[in-house]
Parts: sequence; structure tokens; C-alpha cells
Amino acid sequence: MHDTAHAHVGQHAAPTSFIRKHVFSLDHKVIGKQYYGLALAAVLIGMFLSWLMRLHLGWTNLAIPGLHLLTKNGAPGDVMTPEFYLQLMTMHATIMVFFVLTTAPFAAFGNYFLPIQVGAEDMPFPHFNMMSFWVTLVAFLVLMSSFFVSDGPTLGGWTQYAPLSAVGQVGGPGEGAGVVLWALSIAIFCVGQLLGSLNFITTTLDMRTRGMSLWRLPLSAWGWFITSVMGLTAFAVLMPACILLILDHVAGTSFFVPANTVINDQMQPHSGGSTLLWQHLFWFFGHPEVYIAIVPGMGIVSHVLITNMRKPMLSHRVLVYAMGALAVLSYMVYGHHMFVSGMNPVSSLVFSFPTLVITIPSTIVVLIWMGSLYGAKLRINSASLFALGFISMFIAGGVSGFFLAQPSIDIMLHATYFVVGHFHLVMGVAAMFGIFAGTYFWFPKMYGRMMNETLGKIHFWCSFVGAYAIFMPFHYLGLAGNVRRYQAFAPEYMQHLIPLHKFITIAALFTGAAQLIFVYNLFVSRYKGEPARDNPWQGTSLEWSTPTTPPPHNNFGDKLPVVYHDPFQYGVESSTGDYVMQTSPEKAGPDDEA
Amino acid sequence: MKLCLLSRRLRAVARRDTPTSNRTVSGEGNMAKFFAITIFVIAIVSAIPILRHTWWMAEDISTHGAPIDEQMSETMAEAGISFLASQFILGYFIWKFSNPKPGDKIKTFPGGAKAMVWAAFLLVGTEVLALGVFGVKAWANVYFTPPAANAVPVEVQAGQFAFYFRYPGPDGSFGPIHPDMINEANQNFYGLDTDHDADSKDDVVTAEMAVPVNREIHLIMHSKDVGHSFFVPELRVQQDFVPGMDLSVHFTATKIGRYEIVCTQLCGLGHYNMKAYLSVLSPEDFDAWMKKEKAMQ
Repeated sequence: MHDTAHAHVGQHAAPTSFIRKHVFSLDHKVIGKQYYGLALAAVLIGMFLSWLMRLHLGWTNLAIPGLHLLTKNGAPGDVMTPEFYLQLMTMHATIMVFFVLTTAPFAAFGNYFLPIQVGAEDMPFPHFNMMSFWVTLVAFLVLMSSFFVSDGPTLGGWTQYAPLSAVGQVGGPGEGAGVVLWALSIAIFCVGQLLGSLNFITTTLDMRTRGMSLWRLPLSAWGWFITSVMGLTAFAVLMPACILLILDHVAGTSFFVPANTVINDQMQPHSGGSTLLWQHLFWFFGHPEVYIAIVPGMGIVSHVLITNMRKPMLSHRVLVYAMGALAVLSYMVYGHHMFVSGMNPVSSLVFSFPTLVITIPSTIVVLIWMGSLYGAKLRINSASLFALGFISMFIAGGVSGFFLAQPSIDIMLHATYFVVGHFHLVMGVAAMFGIFAGTYFWFPKMYGRMMNETLGKIHFWCSFVGAYAIFMPFHYLGLAGNVRRYQAFAPEYMQHLIPLHKFITIAALFTGAAQLIFVYNLFVSRYKGEPARDNPWQGTSLEWSTPTTPPPHNNFGDKLPVVYHDPFQYGVESSTGDYVMQTSPEKAGPDDEA
Repeated sequence: MKLCLLSRRLRAVARRDTPTSNRTVSGEGNMAKFFAITIFVIAIVSAIPILRHTWWMAEDISTHGAPIDEQMSETMAEAGISFLASQFILGYFIWKFSNPKPGDKIKTFPGGAKAMVWAAFLLVGTEVLALGVFGVKAWANVYFTPPAANAVPVEVQAGQFAFYFRYPGPDGSFGPIHPDMINEANQNFYGLDTDHDADSKDDVVTAEMAVPVNREIHLIMHSKDVGHSFFVPELRVQQDFVPGMDLSVHFTATKIGRYEIVCTQLCGLGHYNMKAYLSVLSPEDFDAWMKKEKAMQ
């Protein structure tokens, strides 16, 4: 609903040099692809680390040929040491949570498609946008550099609980330089996310083209917008927390270490710090982060589903409100990570309440999806399979939240594999499925070529069955009291669980290998895929109205599009078939506002 | 030149969108059915080990554990039904609505979005809130009732990567801890000054924990270095150690036996191996054990 002069804020001329075009590009589409590339590199590294960990958990004394090449002291005779296991675990989680689950669904797809979906030429602050990617890349390199410092990366887990993370080298291998590099990397990452969120919010609020009211935004755009608001507030808390942690290491402060800490019979030179302070700061970010990973996926999946169901959602607005409710509630539930942390037990009950309440908007989202499937003319393709798989995974991971929301049950399940199974399904696998659905759906627009459908379907089936085979047994392990973050299962009562661990390892190797089909498909289709039409899925939103595929530098050529409709005009009779594009002045369905 | 024009025309034709919404591909329908069947099978296979308790919580040996177990069973029933029902409906809809015949019209779910919002509030909302309200009792049993006056006091100290236990001896009080005097080589794990502190003289420090059966234990928890946790699945007790804070829990063990105490808070490279044994003994055996440990101090 803005005049065109306003919408030219982010305008910049098409670059001519290679460097400005492909490296230090200001074009949101190039930046989106750069983020995708970074996430792809990160996910392959993260997955490789999980393979090493799984092999070790199944066969603790197994020599993995060449393992010593990755570490100075962590693998004598190619057998993983306990500390190297924990270092791999910490790096796996950090890489996946920050550089894959935050980067791919939000920063990669959001960068590419949010400006196009609102009908803008670019984001309002292209230099900030470019900076956000390069800052994120630096953060990734800083994190990876910790593999090369003398005793390797930190072993404290991605949660980096103090005081272990704050006492320095004396805490164990990687707890000196490793932690400092970790905290530095995450602080830098936060800068990138804050810049990105700023751009996303401004793009959504100020850059919409004529006729594009907020309610005419597609659900994917809503997902990114809501996520960017969460990112702005969550990363703004994590960054100072990381800076305080760095100061505890390099400036002799004691933010997170109390007095009378004795390690190796030595009194540590600290006093006055609070270990619970770190947990509060971390989880104030940490729980919204779960939704930062999953809400863009919800948006992408809704968008993919609408197009492939050939009908609108039962209610566009209810889905938006439910996603908004998830975002608001996500700040009020974080204490459920701390039920048995020593926090006041009354607080546990207080945090338990919104945690239970947050199941309501989650349920609404799922029920709207399922109710919308009723009476659909569902197309089965790689994108829609992954979108439907997302729903199945989100349900499977969601119901275990009923348990973890309750402090009394948490006594039995806290810090067990039950928790690991829960978050891997709900924010790991489900979010990955969202990324895959988005990739199969938008690849034709991004690269002008179709992905191979047969390979896509094989990839789906292996991933769907494989992910269940890996992560459902995690819940059984947790019920039986199998503690997480153990490099081997020393307690006697865990011995009978080892065969289950072996099964999981085999499933993980298989499912991981199936992801290579996806990578192959991605690269081969990039160069040899069937040429894509402008609107291969008969979609309605603005990314399908670009004059060329991929879109030109300024997205829409000389003239910004004018929007006449909601983005979900499917199942109507029109000159194009069963849908009316947002840019078409043609009258659509009975409830059309045009 | 002509070739160039021709190829441009061909590309333009290829790019023109053809309405394919009425097209049905029988392979797609089969794959949707296969998807539905896969979801059914996965849902059922996932539920079997839960129903059969193939891998399940250890037997409860505490007086406060029953409400926790009950809460777990109720939650499992509700979560299990929600899981199976929604996966089945999802699979069924995928089966039913994926193979449209030409001329099929889309339909809207009767009741629309309103039905879904009501269902979410009524079914799931009341379900989880009821769980939450009933769960308060189980939690209160553990955390909101003070230990009995005659509870047996035991102190546990966590450190990388071992637990040590301390009993106050006949005087009933623990001597003060001097962190600067902690010295593992001299086996002064707690930093006790037995030369100067009268209360410390009769304190008994052990590497294993023993408690008398059917007596309430007041466990005082103290960490000397980083975060740790005290978890005995059979006892239905899990509580973190917080450096800088002394916390306590209380419990009564009801079954004689030997159990494992494990650390559940990542505390460093030896975390996986940080464990100790808990012996639940008859009163006579407990007294004998205490005497033996005292002699070894």
C-alpha cells in the first residue's frame, strides 16, 4: 500500500564486475543463495560429525580410519577419546542450530523470496544485508578455527553451562581458547542475525508494493516476518551473554563463576558470579531459537501445501495468529529447560503453565493444515511430500512436549535421550523437511531449472523412514534413563540399551547417506536440469510473476507489480485454470477482496 | 540468426504455463497411498515398545514416586492417543484427497477453521492443562514439603568426576568446609579441618552412599567445582548441583538393594563415568556399614 517512490529505497544498479555480482553482492537473491551455500556446507560438516559420534556410541572402541587427522590428541590409534566425543558433539549442535537451522530456512530462503513476495526490488538496507552474510561467514570460520587450536574446540555442549564454560583451561580440554572462539563466533553470528532481522522487518513493513496489504502476504512471508521479530529480541540477549562469557576468560571477571570454586585442588580466582544467570540468559534466547528454527518452516510448508493442495488454508489469518502466538509464548516458556536446575521450584510450576499453553497454538497450526487437506486436490511431488512429512514429524516431536512441559515428569526425563529425541524431531528433522520442501519448490525459480523428481522422491522416502528409525528409539532410551552427552554407557543399568544404540547408528549412517542423493540432485539439476517455466507449480504469489526465471536484478523489470488478490486464490475458475495470480486484475473467488 | 529466433520461440513456448490442475497422474495416487500406509505402519511400530514397556522406567523404590509414575502413564496415554489419531488422520487424508478425478471440485472441511480452533482449545487445551494441574501434586510432594525432623541427614559433594558423601556422625552436625583445604592426595575431599573444628571430628566421608530402608533421607547437595546432577532413576530423584548454592532434596527408599547414582549435567571429559553406588540397607546393615566406614576414616 505504498507509493512507488517509497518502494525504490533499496534500489541499486545491476553490478557489472564479477566480485560485485557473485561475491560482495548487494542483491538479496545472491545473498540468499550465499546463505544457502553456507548452510549446505555447514550441514554436511554437522552430519559428518554426527556419523563419527554415532559410530563411537555404537562401538566405543572402534578405530575409525583417518580420525587422527581431525584432531591433535583426540584420537590416539584412531579411537575417539571421551573429550573428543564431547567436542564433536558440541560442534555438531552449534553448527546445526546456528549455521543450518537458523541460516537456511530464515536467512537463505527469506533473503531470496521475502523481497520478491512483498513486491520490492530489494531489501531497504542492501549494505547491511551483504554485511549480515559476510559476518555470518566470519562467525562460521571462527567456530571452525577452534578445531585447529592446541587442545581443540570446546566440549561444554551447545548450551555452554557455566561455570564449566567460564573457568578456563582448568575445566578440561577445549575450555580455554575453544570456549572463547565459540563465544566469539556466536556473538558475531548474533550481529549478522540482528542486521538480517532489521532488514526483514523493514522489508515487510515498508517495502510492500501497491495493493500488497499485510494480509495479502503469503504465509511464507509471514513466517519470516514473525521470525525476524523473534530474532531481533532473542539474539540481542545472547550476544551480551556471550560477551560476558568472553570477559570471564580474558578480563578476569566473574560473571558466571561463584566464590569457593575448587578445581584440581586449586581455589579459582573468582567470586560473586552466578551460574544460574548464564542459564537464564542462554535460555531466554534458547527457547525462542527453537521457534526461530521452526516458524519459517511452518510458513514455507504452508506455502508449498497451498500450492499443491490447489485450495486455500481453512483460515489464512488463524495460521498467522497462531504463529504469532507461538512467537510471543516462546519467551515465557524458557524456564522448562531449568526445572531441576536449582531454580526456585515455584518458578518451575510458573514456567510449566505457558509451556502447556503453547501446545494450543501448535495444535491449531497442525489442525488447520490437516483440515485444509480435507477436500484438497493434492499433488504428490518432492516438495509436497516433504511438506507432508514435516507435519508428521512436527506431530511426532510435538507430542513429546506434553511430557517435558511437566516438572514432575521432567525429574525422570531431564537430560536423557528423550529430550534429544524430542528436539531432533521437532526442530531438527521437521525444520530440515521445511528446508527440503522449500528447496524442491523454489529451486526452479532460483536456478531456472527443475530438480529431478525421481531422485527427490527417493530422497524423501529414505529421509522419512530413516528419521523415524533414528529418533523414535531415542524416546525409548530416555524412558529407560539413558543419560545424554555420554561418550560411553558406563552405568550398569544402561548396558541393555547398547543394542538399541547400534540400531540407531546403522539407521543414521543410512539416512545420512541418503542426503548425498539430495546434494547430487542439487548440483546436477543446477547445470543439467530440465529448464523451468516461470510458474512451474501454477502458484499465485509474486515470485511466480517475475518477468524472467531466475528473476532479473531488480526482480520485476521496469515496473513493480500491482497486487489485486490474496495469495491463496486456488480452486477458482479463471482463464489460467484453477488459480488467479496476485498480479492478475481478473476477478477471483466470491470472498476475493479485489 | 534464424536458429536463434527459433530457439527463442521454443523457449517462450516452453515457458508458457499450461494449466495442469485437472491432470491426474496415477503414479502420484499410488505414492500417496504408499505414504498413508507408511505413516500407519510407523505410528503403530513406534507405539508397540511403549505399550509393551520394552524399554521403560526402572522400578520405583521411593515413597514419592507413585504420583510421578501415574502422571507419566496418563501423559503417555494422552500423548499416545494424540500421536496415533493425528498420524492416522493425516495418512487417511493424504490417501483420500491426492488422486482427484478430472472435474473434481475442492471441498472445505465442514466447520471450517472455527472447528479446528475449538478442537485445539477444548481437546488439547483442557487435556494438557488438566495434566498440568494434576502434575502440581506430584511436584509438590518432592519440592514443597519440608523434610521430616527425624530425617537422616546426608551430604553429597559433586566434583569432576566423582561423588563423595558425608554423614554427620553422633553429634548430628556437619563440620564447616574449607575449600582451600580440599586436597585429593590427602583424601581430604571435603576440605575438613579436623584439628580445629569439633564438628568435623566425627564426620564420616565415603565414596559410596548407603541409606537405611524406609527412613527419610535429607540429602544436602554441594558442588565444589562445576555443575553436576544427582540422578537415581529408581528413586525418582534428579536434581542439579549448583556451584555457589547448597540445595537439598529428601526421599525415602523402600526397597533394599544396590542402585546407581549418575551425573546428568555435562561436567567435562569424565562426565560419562561420574557415578556412585547407592546401597539401601536394613537398619542393622546400615549401622554395621556406618561402623565399618567410621573405622576407615
